[in-house]
Amino acid sequence: MKDNFKKIFKGGLGQLTIPIIAICLLVIFNLIRDPAFFSIALSHNNEGNLVLSGNLISIINGASELAILAMGMTLVTAACGGQDISVGAAAAIAGSAFVKILKSSPNINGVTVIAAFLFACVVAMIFGSFNGTLVSVFKIQPMIATLILYTCGRSIAYWINGGATPTVDSPIINAIGSFIPGIPIPTPILIVVLVAIVFKLVFHFTSLELFTQSVGINGSAARLNGINSTFIKLLSFIILGVCVAIAGTIGVSRLGLINHETLLLDVEMDTILAVAIGGNNLGGGKFKISGSIIGAYVIQMLTITLYAMKVSSTDVKAYKAVVIILLVVIGSPVIKAKFSKLMNNIKNRKPAVAKGAE
Amino acid sequence: MIKKKLGSMFLAGSLMMTMLFSACSSGGTTTTTSTPAPASTEPETVAETTVDEAPAVETPASGTIKVGVVNNPPSESGYREANVKDMEAVFSADNGYELKTAYSLKNDEQLQAAQGFITEGVDYLLISAAETTGWDDVLKKAQEAGIKVYLFDRMIDVDESLYEAAVVSDMSKEGETAVQWLLDQNLDEYNVIHIQGAMGSDAQIGRTGALDAQFESGKMKKVVQQTATWDEAEAKKIVESVINSKEDFNVIYAENDGMAKGAVAALDEAGITHGVDGKVIVMGFDCNKWALRELKAGAWNYDGQCSPFQAQIISDLIQGKTTASSKKIINEEKGFDAKTLTDADIETYGLGE
Repeated sequence: MKDNFKKIFKGGLGQLTIPIIAICLLVIFNLIRDPAFFSIALSHNNEGNLVLSGNLISIINGASELAILAMGMTLVTAACGGQDISVGAAAAIAGSAFVKILKSSPNINGVTVIAAFLFACVVAMIFGSFNGTLVSVFKIQPMIATLILYTCGRSIAYWINGGATPTVDSPIINAIGSFIPGIPIPTPILIVVLVAIVFKLVFHFTSLELFTQSVGINGSAARLNGINSTFIKLLSFIILGVCVAIAGTIGVSRLGLINHETLLLDVEMDTILAVAIGGNNLGGGKFKISGSIIGAYVIQMLTITLYAMKVSSTDVKAYKAVVIILLVVIGSPVIKAKFSKLMNNIKNRKPAVAKGAE
Repeated sequence: MIKKKLGSMFLAGSLMMTMLFSACSSGGTTTTTSTPAPASTEPETVAETTVDEAPAVETPASGTIKVGVVNNPPSESGYREANVKDMEAVFSADNGYELKTAYSLKNDEQLQAAQGFITEGVDYLLISAAETTGWDDVLKKAQEAGIKVYLFDRMIDVDESLYEAAVVSDMSKEGETAVQWLLDQNLDEYNVIHIQGAMGSDAQIGRTGALDAQFESGKMKKVVQQTATWDEAEAKKIVESVINSKEDFNVIYAENDGMAKGAVAALDEAGITHGVDGKVIVMGFDCNKWALRELKAGAWNYDGQCSPFQAQIISDLIQGKTTASSKKIINEEKGFDAKTLTDADIETYGLGE
């Protein structure tokens, strides 16, 4: 136990130190506030399936879209040194495209759902490559390049389906959004695990991780070493596009309804925060996808905790802001460097180089 | 250096966002649809320059009545979509009208459009204004040109003499109708989860007021009152958190259909029965067709509507079939009970598809 703490303070967990400490603090806070907060129950839902329920499930389930988007966003952040603020709007477009295909087919079966999802992926990848082209080819600052889609994305989503809130009703959609009969774990959680595994495998079998980091750290140097930095940047946006399509599909499937105005509203900010809390350098370079995933759960746990405390949802954002400012400041290179210096002075060891500082 | 740049970019971005989100609508959700206004066109100056060109009143050449409608765009909400469709259906060529329309969420663009209609020489000008202020000049000009003005859906802050009549919804009446229905259910106790719309919007204020009065009188118990800002997923989270806290509740009062659907999804996952013969009474607003179908299936209990159908009332006034008893005509609000809802109601009053 003591060794573990030592390790954390020494920065042994690297960039994961802050998100893990944050999540631990939230857990401890909740356990003190209400020991039953994390209790999990197995009960029958209205369809007669055995399902897990409880705050912990709500947190992990509710953060699914955020976690998936955060994974894609990490890659974009690392490669381009900037963030895509259009993910919410793009998810609304992808979700609308998904619904469009479903509504145009006479009956919804497995094949149409897969076709609809693939169509949503293609649409999201097209919009992703639009953003990516602006950033990689025309060298526009990512936040400005994606501001275009951020502004007009939800209108485009409206054009796709016309009506304000088209609905789709199908057991398959329900299975994607809530539970597959016989499996008590909410499907979105399983999808997050699947996406994380895919990322892990891609990083394991390709040089994407290394290439992305080198482009992010120094694009020119990477190019001189034979890495096509334009392509890597573009690719990161296209991969984010796939994440957006998955998140949009989950968002639509949860309620079998698409509201182009509110689907994943403000998610872009939470996504960027998840990446930041995860200890990733927002200026690009080294990254850890796992950090962003933990970051997403930190944000969601914070929200659910505040709801459980009956904080008015209008105030939730303000409280969230306070906590997040603290986390980001504590995780900033300046504080980290000061802290490690302090620790080293205390322990009288030779100064270590603060990780993540540039 | 890079940090500084990033910081300013972020600032610019967040500024932009606040601007976008500050636009608000009455019917339900907001939209960021709008073309940028032409740079630096002050409504007043436009009005003044065009007044010289404004021709004298043109009498309708044939029997058709020329109607100019200045409205918010149909993409604003399901409410607006139905409203626009209703206008198009009533003021059709078949009914002896020539309809001209202009849609914008921006007041200055709406003012320009109204000015355009006056210049073109319409007989009637129908306005649902984006903002309540700034209309004096244009309406005075319309009056000088002999154009009769009707307001619909939204009031404008001008002298009553400048318009013939205003056909509007009484938002608080909508809430009162719903709460009265709830009281008529004669439940032993009322433990209410109240999910609000975007705070400060007309619809939210109207739908919240009557229920707040019940909370204050002690007749109903507020289990939780939270805004989900019209967001279905947020509504689901709010209900989930109440279920997880194991608090007892038997009424869900959601201020639009989408949020009611989100709330119901949380109930379904927790295995709590709802609707007719269920443990929890579910109430929604807006009367989307799909929501009315939920009602018909007995999954929900009540759906209230802020009626978007004002065209017929105005048409009757124009053709002299009815006369307005006062300048402000309150449009009748509907509320549907799952037990008495008919398929015909869904077709007639349901929004969307």
